[in-house]
Amino acid sequence: MKAPTQSRRPVDAAPILKLQGITKRFPGVVALNNVDFDVRPGEVHALLGENGAGKSTLMKVLAGKHQANEGKIILGDEEMAFENPKHAKRAGVVLIHQEQSLVPEMTVAENIFLGSLPRKPFNRVDWRKLREDTNKILETLKCGFKHDDLVGSLSIAKKQMVEIGRALAFTPQVVIFDEPTASLTDHEKPVLYDVINSLCEQGVGIVYISHRMDEIFHLSHRISVLRDGQYTGTVNTADTNEDEITRMMIGRSLELDHASKPNDFGDNLLEVRNLSVKRVFEDVSFNVRKGEIVGMYGLVGAGRSEVAETIFGLRTPSGGEVVLDGEVVKFRNSHDAVASGVALVPEDRKDQGLILGMNCRDNMTMASLTSVSSMGFMQGAKERVVYDKYHQAMKIKTPSWRQKVGNLSGGNQQKIVIGKWLHTHPKLLILDEPTRGIDVGSKSEIHTLVKDLAKSGYAVLVISSEMPEVLGLSNRIIAMYDGRVTAEFDGDNVSEDELVQAITGMGKQAQAS
Amino acid sequence: MTSIKGFFRGRAKIQPIWIFVIAIFIFFSFMSEYFLSWGNITNILVQTSTIGLIALGMTLVMINGNIDLSVGAILGLAASLAVGLQEISMTLAIAAALGAGILLGAINGLIVWKTGVNAFIVTLGAMLGIRGLLFVYTDEQSFYASNFAFSDFGMSSIGPMPVLAIIFLVCVLIMHLVLTRTSHGRNTFAVGGNPEASIDAGIRLGRHMMINFIIVGFFAALAGVLLSSQMGAATPNLGRDYELWVITAVVLGGTKLTGGSGSIIGTLGGVLAIGILRNGMNLMQVPAFYVLVVLGVILISVLIIDKKVNVPSSKEVRI
Repeated sequence: MKAPTQSRRPVDAAPILKLQGITKRFPGVVALNNVDFDVRPGEVHALLGENGAGKSTLMKVLAGKHQANEGKIILGDEEMAFENPKHAKRAGVVLIHQEQSLVPEMTVAENIFLGSLPRKPFNRVDWRKLREDTNKILETLKCGFKHDDLVGSLSIAKKQMVEIGRALAFTPQVVIFDEPTASLTDHEKPVLYDVINSLCEQGVGIVYISHRMDEIFHLSHRISVLRDGQYTGTVNTADTNEDEITRMMIGRSLELDHASKPNDFGDNLLEVRNLSVKRVFEDVSFNVRKGEIVGMYGLVGAGRSEVAETIFGLRTPSGGEVVLDGEVVKFRNSHDAVASGVALVPEDRKDQGLILGMNCRDNMTMASLTSVSSMGFMQGAKERVVYDKYHQAMKIKTPSWRQKVGNLSGGNQQKIVIGKWLHTHPKLLILDEPTRGIDVGSKSEIHTLVKDLAKSGYAVLVISSEMPEVLGLSNRIIAMYDGRVTAEFDGDNVSEDELVQAITGMGKQAQAS
Repeated sequence: MTSIKGFFRGRAKIQPIWIFVIAIFIFFSFMSEYFLSWGNITNILVQTSTIGLIALGMTLVMINGNIDLSVGAILGLAASLAVGLQEISMTLAIAAALGAGILLGAINGLIVWKTGVNAFIVTLGAMLGIRGLLFVYTDEQSFYASNFAFSDFGMSSIGPMPVLAIIFLVCVLIMHLVLTRTSHGRNTFAVGGNPEASIDAGIRLGRHMMINFIIVGFFAALAGVLLSSQMGAATPNLGRDYELWVITAVVLGGTKLTGGSGSIIGTLGGVLAIGILRNGMNLMQVPAFYVLVVLGVILISVLIIDKKVNVPSSKEVRI
């Protein structure tokens, strides 16, 4: 791990917002137990904790979505009782959501002032004022779009800027960011950082929730940690390191473990030869052996997921071929791919991997119903056996198989998706961003699981945008840039710089010159 | 199928509609002395069997995330075929009627599957087109059954149970098992719940959609044959607005328009609610127009209650 690029001294000022002794109970569970938290003007205060530790609940209490059972919220000198998010916003506390809530068919200006458009007499919209106010906000954001651009035509990063613009419309004193970089690529992040820094300079207090250590060390002044609804402490970013924070979060420390990588490889299982899909990716070749983990590293948009989808039969290649276990295969659809032993754990768990309204067992057996049914009739007992097997093997935490998958944490959801695929008995397992949005503890569990799977003979292809993940898992690394494979590395002997060059196209230029 | 409890639990919660059905059942028992007689109760079952049969198929289509507006027209066409062709051969007439339903359902399904056009639009077109075909075929004439065995069948009973009621209840049982116990049923839920995840899991989306459209087409045609046998006749306007009654019953029964959840037991409740209300208010001599008003109010109220009761609550424990 790289040392933090920049450590900031804590801001010396009286807190603008204080939470004291917040306790929030839901039936049967104490989500927050006597938690203290404060934000100073002009600082970034990072809030960390595993999924389910109570971060989101705390922030919802702060933003008026939930009401605390006990404890005080003090804004400035005044004790507040926020009844709803609107009330909190008016008082100057704004939460920027993880999931974006914008209207794609409307312009940037309309979105920023959605619900509070400036009015003229007779309830007409004051378009001129709307334009001026929006331009003022866009100036602070310094981003490359105009007030009349349609939000639907903007990139995800820019949409997020619009979301932040919406918060700024309330001239906030405290802005809460909940996993703001979850959907951003590495080169989009600095734009967000700049905005956060400029908000700080204006004296706004920032609460920053994220799973990503590098971001937190880069941005924050102080770090507070929650564990199981309890407040475990606050430290100055300049005086701490990742190990200490990790220990605070999970009570133990994590290390990148090269030695535990699989090392016994068999024959070629997957061979991709000059595969192309017009205007998406071109001339992609690589191979994966039995028992081997191959990492595919690149920026979002480099064509990695599309390569996986093509191997899985969801896209028709315009050229090249896929060889699986020595045979050239041409899948017409995903059904063929599953039948031939290919499994794809998709990038977006909630949209592509799971049926959130279904229970755990049904999600687990979804891809392999023939194995738990006879003559078209489901066999409940067999289903339970399958479910229990993976439930135990992967230590999935759920009260019962009847629990709806939508109520599980990200890590447990991902384990169900992986379990679903393992039961199809695949030869090739493709994992697309397997730990996106998953807390540190579950992340390492999933990493261990992936390594164990490879050791037991699966050929594994891991697509990831996270360098530590790619380095920690892969025997070999394939770098992609702009729809092409730019380099292939040995996973144990590659420097971070080499990788970065390969995925940003710099390596290619170097070769050309 | 180890226990009664396990059998009925299926995948759905107790639908609020059943509380309502029990409430109005008790209410009308007190309000009318005729209501609680065996004759009247079987009568309700016979009266609701037409809408009920179609609602069984519609439940699957709607859980699958689609809708079929052409069922009323299919019912009309099947009824006219069953009555109009019986001069040639009774078997041929019924086979043609049921075959038409299956074929039209398959066409609906195929278009939705292959073109990806919204099922609402496809079946709206089918509704208009099939009704048009029906007028072409019948030349705007009503047909009367010439075969007495056919018109007797609709009125016949086995012991104390009318045959139509038996057919309906057997179909309820079969469809309940199809939905809760077969892999087709499971995939129907999956596809409606999240089509993308279903594709990713290698489920053949189109195939399941098509099967469900065929099922609802078949049930619409079956309902048409049974209805015409009950009346001993078929008119070209038969089945008008039935799609709305069917959808009302299914929605009352707790099936979501967005797909992914619902149950046959709930649909049975929805069908009975409509049947009992119509029958009971009729016995109380409430004019028919008021029945419509009451049904409209009830449809909306039940959905409001359902929304209040079954909120995806923050109370559910996250682990």
